Amino acid sequence: MNSKVIGRILLPLILLASLSACSNIEPWVKPYERDRLADPIMALDMHPVSSSYIQHVYEAREGARGGEGGAGGGCGCN
Amino acid sequence: MNVRRSIVVSLLALLATSGAQAGVLPEDRADILYHLYDGGGVEIDGPSVLVRKQVGKSTSIVANYYIDMVSSASIDVITTASPYKEERKQWSLGMDYLRGNTTMSVNYTSSVESDFDATTYSFAVSQDMFGDLTTLTLTYALGDDIVGNSSDPTFKRENDRQHYGVGLTQILTRNLIAALNFETITDEGFLNNPYRSVRYADAGSALGYSYEPELYPNTRTSNAIGLRAKYYLPYRAAIEGEYRFFTDTWGIDGNTASLSYIHPMGPWTFTAKYRYHDQTGADFFSDIFSRSEATNFRGRDKELSPLTSSTFKLAASYEFIGGAEGWRFIKKASVNASIDFLSVDYHEFKDLSTSAGFPNEPLYVLEADVFQLFFSFWY
Repeated sequence: MNSKVIGRILLPLILLASLSACSNIEPWVKPYERDRLADPIMALDMHPVSSSYIQHVYEAREGARGGEGGAGGGCGCN
Repeated sequence: MNVRRSIVVSLLALLATSGAQAGVLPEDRADILYHLYDGGGVEIDGPSVLVRKQVGKSTSIVANYYIDMVSSASIDVITTASPYKEERKQWSLGMDYLRGNTTMSVNYTSSVESDFDATTYSFAVSQDMFGDLTTLTLTYALGDDIVGNSSDPTFKRENDRQHYGVGLTQILTRNLIAALNFETITDEGFLNNPYRSVRYADAGSALGYSYEPELYPNTRTSNAIGLRAKYYLPYRAAIEGEYRFFTDTWGIDGNTASLSYIHPMGPWTFTAKYRYHDQTGADFFSDIFSRSEATNFRGRDKELSPLTSSTFKLAASYEFIGGAEGWRFIKKASVNASIDFLSVDYHEFKDLSTSAGFPNEPLYVLEADVFQLFFSFWY
């Protein structure tokens, strides 16, 4: 079941990755138009040291995990 | 499992050989953080130091040292055990190597407690494509945990973890960036907590119930898919939304959503965030079982109960070194403080510490404050 689900998600990604070898797609946001995206307030992870800590806090107190980037080991959850 | 591994390996190989444009390594920076968690009878504090430095033209090294100093008299501890103090130390070392548009990363993490050791090896390949508008990241991590028991030096159980992740970050417009992450995690081994108990109805007991050790399944597979998007507002500020769906083989389904607003003002940056999480309980969770060994698997961990949690966060950063000149070798530096007000409502897990007797105990509610103070330096 899981292999099927992963296959369904990964297959399009494989095709996507293969396309990169012949990347003729014109970038619709030009490099000189990315000044706002380069602003530090637009970083998806502005402070990695803080986000990995708070992610650990949630993982120890909720039943869910993953889907948000990397995580450390250990529990500290009693 | 083997099919999954071979797909991941072939994708890694494909990405490693494709593309030859210019990617970028993460910024050189160092962070020194103090964290404090206080709530539900538990106090956990300690430092975390994260240092990242580019070496040569194409390699970046990252190291992290983190400590949790735990002083616990939590609801689990006061009802079935004794308050305790302990320390968890974690360190990690990683390397990113950039070749053309491809970044390959390796990381080693070791976490040590008196009764729990966790070692994690992770690998990632990231590929920028389509004029650097798209970044595809594949991650694989292997974890080895050794679970001990402080009251039994001979007790030692293992747990193997595997993480498979695919991430896609996409620049959509000059104001909007989005990221989609999918992660599967499998566990195999000793997954319950050696100290925790379940309770079952027992007419022979004065309380009306008795305790027995919890017993979890030996395997768990979870899938999580997360989508986040960040938008640059017409004035200089940003808004970020995030949603995650989680499901696992224990019967837990979860929905998590958050909304953040980031507002810079001169050297200051203010952030406000609200996060909401709701989950169903594990199939083998029960606050009270009908009798001893009533089911094959049984747990009463509050994390496995149906629950709703909400967090309100306030954060402020002050840039005290910046501008075009910086100071000596430091380009930029900031001091940052944040507080998270966390509240968890458990829908089935009851609070046995109150005077209300069985079966009239109220549902447990956790209120906790999470405080962070850290300095960041870019060089």
